[in-house]
Amino acid sequence: MSEIQNYTINLGPQHPAAHGVLRLVLEMDGEVIERADPHVGLLHRGTEKLAESKTFNQSIPYMDRLDYMSMMCNEHGYVSSIEKLLGVDVPIRAQYIRVMFDEITRILNHLLWLGTHALDVGAMTVFLYAFREREDLIDCYEAVSGARMHAAYYRVGGVYRDLPDSMPKYEASKFRNAKDLDRLNSNREGSLLDFIEDFANRFPGIVDEYETLLTDNRIWKQRLVDIGVVSPERALQRGFSGPMLRGSGIEWDLRKKQPYAVYDKMDFDIPVGVNGDCYDRYLVRIEEFRQSTRIIKQCVKWLRENPGPVIVEDFKVAPPKRDDMKQNMESLIHHFKLFTEGYSVPAGEAYAAIEAPKGEFGCYVMSDGANKPFRLKIRAPGFVHISAMDEMVKGHMLADVVTVIGTMDVVFGEIDR
Amino acid sequence: MKVLRNYIKSLFLLEMFKGMRLTGSYLWRKKFTIRYPEERAPMSPRFRGLHALRRDENGEECCVGCKLCEATCPAMAITIETGPREDDGSRRTTRYDIDLFKCIFCGYCVEACPVDAIVETRICDYHFEERGENIMLKDELLAIGEENRDRINSDLSAQAKYR
Ligand code: SF4
Ligand code: SF4
Repeated sequence: MSEIQNYTINLGPQHPAAHGVLRLVLEMDGEVIERADPHVGLLHRGTEKLAESKTFNQSIPYMDRLDYMSMMCNEHGYVSSIEKLLGVDVPIRAQYIRVMFDEITRILNHLLWLGTHALDVGAMTVFLYAFREREDLIDCYEAVSGARMHAAYYRVGGVYRDLPDSMPKYEASKFRNAKDLDRLNSNREGSLLDFIEDFANRFPGIVDEYETLLTDNRIWKQRLVDIGVVSPERALQRGFSGPMLRGSGIEWDLRKKQPYAVYDKMDFDIPVGVNGDCYDRYLVRIEEFRQSTRIIKQCVKWLRENPGPVIVEDFKVAPPKRDDMKQNMESLIHHFKLFTEGYSVPAGEAYAAIEAPKGEFGCYVMSDGANKPFRLKIRAPGFVHISAMDEMVKGHMLADVVTVIGTMDVVFGEIDR
Repeated sequence: MKVLRNYIKSLFLLEMFKGMRLTGSYLWRKKFTIRYPEERAPMSPRFRGLHALRRDENGEECCVGCKLCEATCPAMAITIETGPREDDGSRRTTRYDIDLFKCIFCGYCVEACPVDAIVETRICDYHFEERGENIMLKDELLAIGEENRDRINSDLSAQAKYR
């Protein structure tokens, strides 16, 4: 019998299951993986270096483009590190808006993860349903910031604008009669908060639907249970965070352990897994859907009752109101100064981390007192997770690689930065 | 008991049928898709689409050439040159280009403009056929502004109280 040797195959970077531009060099023994070598860097855009040549505010839109599935969370990490250096106090209403949109972002991210993960594993329907719900949340994004994905909504010292009082509505067309149009617009009659509340009331039922399709499904279980097991010790050693760590049974969540914004006032639980396999991580994320919905409801309630400013009234950091700027010379000068030169941040260093949907997203800003960061380091959770690729797929079949990529929830925007 | 129940569950493919009942029920529900070009998803007045330059009610261009938008643009997509206009010598832009390949549609230019001259419209479906068409010249931007005048003005006034 001739000797059968290991051979090497190349998965990606243009593989549909590679979630972007992951290139994996797999050393195979038959159909069993001996070694997996992830190659990253194909989406490197030099965000960190780019930030050094831009004023602090100018980099905010670039943060959206890191993890392009959880846009506002990245902005939150970035602005809070600068706020730490500047020492500004964010108005409480802005903090609630931030928390609400962080949770909306979490649901958005997990919906995409659920859809694509299921699609990779072979369940098509969930993908379509998940995108239906994403559409509603993306509408919230658009109503508040004007962009469906790359919001650029958070600012140092608060958020750009207050929540709108009305939602955009579907317009009449030849395919819809009046009754149909009313049905489509029924949840858009009130303000954005009404729309979000309606969504939060509907959403747990929809999560039940996803669960009906997946949780007990035997194919889903066969593909996920006992795949990519990570022990709690190993998860800690590898520096995992977010659902990857919680799936292994370690109760760690920055929202609880190191509360930022107004998370300390929120009532929610941290789900943890038991076995640390793909199925547990799936369950953890499904439970996070429900917990996020809970937080959103609390925020909506608070935001309804408490109007107020949404950005600091320190014109050295945030621009004055437009009316003011058009009538008041001093405000106009502030406006010009802010939009040309920006603001100077006192020399020093600060690290601020938030619990992004994928794990701990942190920004380390170093300032030398200028209006641009001296150095910006971004801690992307996905980078840490993908480095455990080899460990997680060793000994599994080729088809399981796709499951593991899915469970890591990798997005190359943040890994390659 | 539990073993027996699980056995029955898996023997009769119960969870499969549950899932199929759910997907089957969607066959009878109302569709949630829309027919795109004729019918559009709702668009908020804050939408950040293609740029436009406004003219005021007298037909005079609003832009005063202060170059704030150029300075604040993170992508450096705007190029402005200014000079006195020939007929009345007022300071105007002689060149106002936006490179749409560079632009990241962040809306900072709109935010910066002190006279609301540059705005972002609701136009989100456009294409280029020739090399170089991606650079929107001043005339094109003004033309877009004229074409969508009412929409732009109503969106601006709807947003005025938030900004
Ligand atoms: S939208 Fe942003 S990137 Fe585009 S031209 Fe305006 S400031 Fe520049
Ligand atoms: S568009 Fe506005 S910001 Fe830009 S140069 Fe003209 S007036 Fe200044």
